[in-house]
Amino acid sequence: MELADVPAQPVKKRNRMKLDAKIPEGPIQEKWSRYRNKLKLVNPSNKRKFRVIVVGSGLAGASAAATMSELGYAVDCFCFQDSPRRAHSIAAQGGINAAKNYPGDGDSIYRLFYDTVKGGDFRSREANVHRLAEVSGLIIDQCVAQGVPFAREYGGLLDNRSFGGAQVSRTFYARGQTGQQLLIGAYSALSRQVASGNVRMFTRMEMLDVVVVDGRASGIVTRNLVTGEVESHAADAVVLATGGYANVFFLSTNAMGCNVTAAYRAYKKGAGFANPCFTQIHPTCIPVAGDHQSKLTLMSESLRNDGRVWVPQQVGDTRPPNEIPDAERDYFLERKYPSFGNLTPRDVASRSAKEVCDEGRGVGKTGLGVYLDFRDATARMGRDTVAAKYGNLFDMYQRITDENPYQVPMRIFPAPHYTMGGLWVDYNLMSTVEGLFVIGEANFSDHGANRLGASALMQGLADGYFILPATIGNYFAQLGISHQTVSPDHAEFKQAEQGCTTRLNRLLNASGNRTVDSFHKELGRIMWENCGMSRNAEGLEKALQQIPELREEFWKNVKVMGAGEELNLSLEKAGRVADFLEFGELMCRDALTRNESCGGHFREEYQTPEGEAVRDDEQYCHSAVWEYTGDDAVPIRNEEQLEFEYVELALRSYK
Amino acid sequence: MHFTLKIWRQENADVAGGIQTYEVDDISGDTSFLEMLDILNDQLESDGGLPVAFDHDCREGICGTCSLMINGTPHGPETTTTCQLHMRSFQDGDTIFIEPWRAAAFPVVRDLVVDRSAFDRIIRAGGFVSIDTGSAQDANNTPIPKDDADYAFDAATCIGCGACVAACKNASAMLFVSAKVSHLAHVPQGDAERRGRVLSMVDTMDAEGFGSCTNYTDCEAACPKAISTDHIAVLNREFIRAKIGRTT
Repeated sequence: MELADVPAQPVKKRNRMKLDAKIPEGPIQEKWSRYRNKLKLVNPSNKRKFRVIVVGSGLAGASAAATMSELGYAVDCFCFQDSPRRAHSIAAQGGINAAKNYPGDGDSIYRLFYDTVKGGDFRSREANVHRLAEVSGLIIDQCVAQGVPFAREYGGLLDNRSFGGAQVSRTFYARGQTGQQLLIGAYSALSRQVASGNVRMFTRMEMLDVVVVDGRASGIVTRNLVTGEVESHAADAVVLATGGYANVFFLSTNAMGCNVTAAYRAYKKGAGFANPCFTQIHPTCIPVAGDHQSKLTLMSESLRNDGRVWVPQQVGDTRPPNEIPDAERDYFLERKYPSFGNLTPRDVASRSAKEVCDEGRGVGKTGLGVYLDFRDATARMGRDTVAAKYGNLFDMYQRITDENPYQVPMRIFPAPHYTMGGLWVDYNLMSTVEGLFVIGEANFSDHGANRLGASALMQGLADGYFILPATIGNYFAQLGISHQTVSPDHAEFKQAEQGCTTRLNRLLNASGNRTVDSFHKELGRIMWENCGMSRNAEGLEKALQQIPELREEFWKNVKVMGAGEELNLSLEKAGRVADFLEFGELMCRDALTRNESCGGHFREEYQTPEGEAVRDDEQYCHSAVWEYTGDDAVPIRNEEQLEFEYVELALRSYK
Repeated sequence: MHFTLKIWRQENADVAGGIQTYEVDDISGDTSFLEMLDILNDQLESDGGLPVAFDHDCREGICGTCSLMINGTPHGPETTTTCQLHMRSFQDGDTIFIEPWRAAAFPVVRDLVVDRSAFDRIIRAGGFVSIDTGSAQDANNTPIPKDDADYAFDAATCIGCGACVAACKNASAMLFVSAKVSHLAHVPQGDAERRGRVLSMVDTMDAEGFGSCTNYTDCEAACPKAISTDHIAVLNREFIRAKIGRTT
């Protein structure tokens, strides 16, 4: 293997943060069960004395809030949407993995664990991933018991399909709307607890800061998005379930409201931010159509089960796709990765698509697209079967592009979709701030440098239903029943409120002449070009210059209309974009200091002559955990070393 | 394309609102309806005006956040959500009226944004199966005939957007309520609480100020997920069954 000739920057090891992952002793198969037996418990009649704040009501947040309430804790749940049912988990289409082995095709907890570690390119924590695989089956049981209508066979039993990065069928699905059905399940469990009075639900409330008193997370400051009121909420623990940050790219498949604010505010209050440069670019999205575009639409990766991905062999072949004979088509994934074919993991499939487009063989008006063709699948299974499996996705595609995918192959292109990086958490899902827990996409724990399809729903629900409700009890038990909840009148709360109000006023008073969106779009372009599907040191250094300049201009020249004490969508956006403008810099810094290619992080300097990613396990077999040191100071890069005892560190090959 | 937009503006729930006229130009047919409003808002903000407030989030037709009466029809002329409606569905030069959902149970918050929390309260009244986390049996222990599962699924695709209420001259929420009742009536997991669920949800629906159903089925025509009014028949049957007591 030859490496491009690039001087590696020496990595300074100066861990200042205490990064104790608290991985339990014992063989990996027994760690979680043994640990659970040792966790301290809170007496049922004492549980109601502990109040926990859950920020976010997606799969992780809703399931955690519902379950902790069932256990007897007092729960306050916050979301910025008008209803908890609208959180972005709802948009997940394809499915949820579980090691049930119902099809009898050789699946097991170990295989799911193995596939996830390998899929993550050996940058995740073995013990966490194994636990995830262990509870995966329980999630399916729980959801079915809630009445979630998973796809079924004619015999009435659950159906499974295969997904990228796996050679077994372990994905449970509900047409192309799995996220919706699972979220409605979690939402219904949450609704039941709201009805019981044990959960107080706060909608249209955005978290602006987390409040730390004597080193412990003691509450949050929110803005009521209808009245504009800035308020404090105190509790004995805070759980962030606030999703990912793919909207840093402006165009992504995330919902318009998805943002990094809660996680970034926590980072500024002392929570380490791990691997921010690990972002996932999803291969099957509808290509960009024009400047007006506000977001990108994902189509489920499950389409790659039956669709074949290709481009013309010749550069400049502009014939309509159906007129290009097979011999002149390049089914590039099948050619390059014969054993996984069209089901290679997302990062590999995305990069391959970019490569053929870079060679000038891309399709569509912009040349930024590849075909996803169902001609052969239709011939094999018949149109009706294709429609039954993928009908709603085909309809969606047709509505957006005005083309009929039953007749003309779809055009797809990669788009930012999911972020593996997130706030660092230990085995208990607690961040580096005592009492601040982070679950779902907002944490960094299970997917390493690349997430496999149908694993996000699994992780969100594993964290929310099964893991956090167990580990948080241990935290409360340690606090003890004599523990007093901090008053929301405490000076720290007042100071945090003041800080939020000052910042809001600064945005409202900026009286410049550029809209918030124009800044967001410019940031998105910088990030996509320099910290997107592939990165290099030169581009990242350029971005690290451009972002602070853009940020400076933002604060001088942004224009936010309206007032603070009302529903004000520009002000909401402005606050989120202001945080993205700081966070983008952290992402680039992380990408620049990881001198290797792994998973979604592809550094052009580190590749084989064939263009495959080259990891550096000598120097980078760790999670990079960033520590905030002040607005004008360079953050400190800490490291959590990763050990692989059960899966051999090996070159990730899908050939 | 050029459009004349007649948009409902209202500062908050306590003051009267009215229609204001705006012009947008150079709109391509591939622009979605909400992107067209983004363009208008950009224009308004650049001119120092207040942007039009409207609800939206996923822009993929699944979260149910977006709304809008477009020329008097919820979600506009196609069977889809407003976020999935594209300007190619209109003619160059069209005048388009854009108003919020119209229903007493959905009070206006600002401009085109309404408060749909009544839907959450209906679900809290019984739109769930009472199963604590961790107490479930193996998922394949209860086979469900595929036809039942598919029928339940058709009902479960409801996104809770409220178009059914907006379309109904009585502002009835029967299609929304029936979707949940019918979903849980067609899976065995919903059986134990079947009677209480329907009574409680219907009571809450009435208490929230939604009107009665008079079988015009405008709701089905407006539903972006094409949920059938057959489910209202199921709701009525479940309601009567519950009212007259156990019949098993």
